[in-house]
Amino acid sequence: MKNSQDRREFLKLMGIGGGVVFLSGLGPLANAATKKEVKNDFFFVQLSDTHWGFSDPKINPDFGGTLKKAVAAVNSLSTPPDFIMFTGDLTHTTDDEKERRRRLKEFHDIVANLKVKTVRFMPGEHDASLDKGAAYQEVFGKTHYTFTHKGVNFIVVDNVSDPTGSIGDTQLTWLENELKKLSKDARIVVFTHRPLFDLAPTWDWATRDGAKAIELLMPYKNVVVFYGHIHQVHNQMTGHIPHHAANGLMYPLPAPLSLPKKAPIPWDPAAPYKNLGFRDIEAKKKKDEYLITELPIKEG
Amino acid sequence: MLREFQRLAIGFGIAVILVTGLASFGTSADQPEQVIKITAKKFEYSPAEVTVKKGVPVTLEFTSLDRVHGFNCPDLGIRTDIVPEKANRVHFVPQKAGTFEYHCDVFCGDGHEDMTGKIIVAE
Repeated sequence: MKNSQDRREFLKLMGIGGGVVFLSGLGPLANAATKKEVKNDFFFVQLSDTHWGFSDPKINPDFGGTLKKAVAAVNSLSTPPDFIMFTGDLTHTTDDEKERRRRLKEFHDIVANLKVKTVRFMPGEHDASLDKGAAYQEVFGKTHYTFTHKGVNFIVVDNVSDPTGSIGDTQLTWLENELKKLSKDARIVVFTHRPLFDLAPTWDWATRDGAKAIELLMPYKNVVVFYGHIHQVHNQMTGHIPHHAANGLMYPLPAPLSLPKKAPIPWDPAAPYKNLGFRDIEAKKKKDEYLITELPIKEG
Repeated sequence: MLREFQRLAIGFGIAVILVTGLASFGTSADQPEQVIKITAKKFEYSPAEVTVKKGVPVTLEFTSLDRVHGFNCPDLGIRTDIVPEKANRVHFVPQKAGTFEYHCDVFCGDGHEDMTGKIIVAE
């Protein structure tokens, strides 16, 4: 019962947050948020597309407050996540290099208020595509890397520092070598900013050489991809690999190809935070089976 | 000898017809190639909308006025980088009529996502 209460509290608090991801290693579903009781269970929080520096009040009148509210919400969790992952577009793009650095540092300072010890980052095209990741790396370090956590192998793939929206042969070789270190049934979570598959190429919702990355991942049985970029929840399979897009924290975008032209959905005063939301994903006992719950954002 | 010559002549004639037929399939050989010049700059193409004729070969010639842009029309399977001070051309023969969206696929700044256009293929 306590677990259910913890979970309800968590979801309530995350009412203004981004994606919330639970991973369950060995234990039953009900224990997903209570790591004290099940040693190998854990959860992490995924936040995406915060676009710090965006300032159109018609799209989001709370452009200066949404990120700070998300930070406060995460800090309010009774059970803190093991780590937090930001999946790109931390800042909104600008041609001004000084302003780009200012936005990145300001974002860094705001999220430094997160009480969770481990916070990880990756760039989106707004952060990195105009200077091939130079300013981003000054503030946040590497744009692609791996880490492991409680038996899960996390791989961060950069498909934005190349302004063509490509991973590039060098990084693909790196990915291939990283995957070679793992058994075919290893638990693998991939983070990218853009979708690796052709979600909507005419809207630039794709990765030019994403098919090569998927081909490298295909021999592995337990792979899941979490990404951002499209500012909405979206779930799609490529073979046995699920790809899950998260909501953003600045403005929503329309469903793929649902309108003649892609553009941010304006703020609706009658329904604040409409089309902004978050999800949690709980792993079932089977390693490759996930329960996904989509939840709306509430006015904080 | 005469019959062999007749067989060869008939075979040659069929070959000529086949080659001629294949050459004209999908193109209108009697119509000149359509050459369309398009300039690109942040964050627009000019002209953004172009009309071409189905079956007639097309060359799109792109010139960038500021920085590297891209041209990508996924539904027609054509793309190129648009590099300043460089000839950037795409050749294709439109095989189906309709309206096909294209966009810049090299991130170029705030407004990049508005950098789009249309190719109209008329019957």
